[in-house]
Amino acid sequence: MTIELLEGSAWVFGDSIDTDNMYPGFAMKLSMEEAAKHVFYDLRPGWSEAVQPGDIVVAGRNFGIGSSRPVAQLFKQLGVVALVAEEFNSLFFRNSINFGLPAVTIPGVTATVGDGDRVRLDVSAASIERVADAQTLEGVKLPDFVLDIVGQGGLMAKLAGDGYLPAGVAGTPSRGGS
Amino acid sequence: MSMTIIEKILARGSGLEQVEAGDVVVCDVDMTVLIDLQFATMWAEPTRIADPERLAVVMDHAVPAPSVQDADGGVRARAFVRRFGIERFFDVGRHGICHQVVAENGLARPGEILTCTDSHTCAAGAYNTAARGLGPVEVYSIMCTGKTWFQVAPTIRYDLAGTKPEVVSGKDIFLHMAGTYGDATNHNIEFGGAGLASVPMNDRRTIATQGAEVSADFTTFPADELCLSFLKDHTGDRLEPVEADADAIYAARREIELSALEPWVARPGSVAENALPVSQVERRKVDQCFIGSCANGQLEDLRIAAAVLRGRRVAPGVRLIVTPASQAVYADAVRAGYVGALADAGAIVTNSTCGACFGYHMGLLGAGEVCITASTRNFKGRMGSPDAEIYMASPFTVAASAVAGEIVDPRELVA
Repeated sequence: MTIELLEGSAWVFGDSIDTDNMYPGFAMKLSMEEAAKHVFYDLRPGWSEAVQPGDIVVAGRNFGIGSSRPVAQLFKQLGVVALVAEEFNSLFFRNSINFGLPAVTIPGVTATVGDGDRVRLDVSAASIERVADAQTLEGVKLPDFVLDIVGQGGLMAKLAGDGYLPAGVAGTPSRGGS
Repeated sequence: MSMTIIEKILARGSGLEQVEAGDVVVCDVDMTVLIDLQFATMWAEPTRIADPERLAVVMDHAVPAPSVQDADGGVRARAFVRRFGIERFFDVGRHGICHQVVAENGLARPGEILTCTDSHTCAAGAYNTAARGLGPVEVYSIMCTGKTWFQVAPTIRYDLAGTKPEVVSGKDIFLHMAGTYGDATNHNIEFGGAGLASVPMNDRRTIATQGAEVSADFTTFPADELCLSFLKDHTGDRLEPVEADADAIYAARREIELSALEPWVARPGSVAENALPVSQVERRKVDQCFIGSCANGQLEDLRIAAAVLRGRRVAPGVRLIVTPASQAVYADAVRAGYVGALADAGAIVTNSTCGACFGYHMGLLGAGEVCITASTRNFKGRMGSPDAEIYMASPFTVAASAVAGEIVDPRELVA
């Protein structure tokens, strides 16, 4: 499955950004809309108001270490269209694609893409281009079945298509563990 | 054949002769655990599930319900287990933190695959099980289909040598690993070596649980005599342990001389490359001390805490909170006199829940406070205010620090 080319502004973060920084424990008591206001609440206060629909979050090594709480849902709530990192924690990666948020591993990305840069991301090809000078980096291609989950909008949509959810139910099991 | 423990279990689960690092495999899942939080928001009742015999539902993160949202989740969980005839339902009163419940009820067996939403599902690696957290959507999918996929990661092997000193616990072994070698992102961790015989099952569970803190995929132990003896007490089933092949391929091999270890402490923020022997850590004054969670709310952890506190007092101005990992641990700790000793010393012994460990309920930190915790995580903001500092150590070190009112080497207290 081919996923459309994404273009947006990059927000660049460092190594080992943990889940509790993106989805703090206190926010687990709030609605998705309210919880989304607290993403990076301590690391970069005010970020949730600055981020624009279509933006892309870029991070370093070990992105998303920590809990199973579904940070991807908050990113989607804010209009973030993809995550790119030097390396993902595997649980965080799984949560992202299962919620239909592309997560692409591209080594060297934080050295090339700066905060605020316009970037073009080809999820299927796992490549990112800095729009200003067309510099392009290639990453690790996602397996076809993973692209298929992302392309369908996440695993719940796939399960609904396979008849595991009652007709008309768009519900998503939203909260992970600690 | 040249496979690690995890490679062998994933080969068995996927019906393949051999798997190796880099392969993507689709596996039948032997046991899947749903937790209370999954039911608390936007739960969608499925039309059908793969197999009620391979499903357990555990109320743990927010019990008894601290909010109406969580209470409503309980209502949905109970309706779900009734409708689908889930016998393994651990409702409030027979509850516990899911990884403790898994251990007590023999839900994790050698050579099998166990999945759950929660990141600390790797705890069951102590029982020679391929266990890991996969998040709420994947676990929902496994509930429906009975299957999931894994990309097989390379494995780092730790060979334990020598004998573990009594004052050193699984927590200290883990903090030594994390402090010395850093994270293990997209790698599995496997243990072995003659020194393993001196590491009891509760310590192995602490270590396996904390594999998530170095970002590992699976953390597994072999099923040696100690492990099999534990399992025979908790499950009557036929056991099929899996051993690593002698020529298994590892990304790295590291040896730990257990007899040389001392108590270790992680400084605030993370454990990877951020932990030190207690003798090298600043003697910070502490406001709160916590012993609990899936990592350190086991009966042995409470025994150690009670032994330190018996005949002593929690220092003025310090709060010591102790949370048993399950209702069964709580009841055993009451019968053994641990709860009485702790309460007499000024500690608070709570109901079993994930509570304070993830900053959700029962014991949050305020701005400017310092905590030393024997739980799972010391991320900034993990247990409350982002302006609090969280150190991590063993129950022994935490209990001793509660008495001293500052971070101390617990051996000072014994001497």
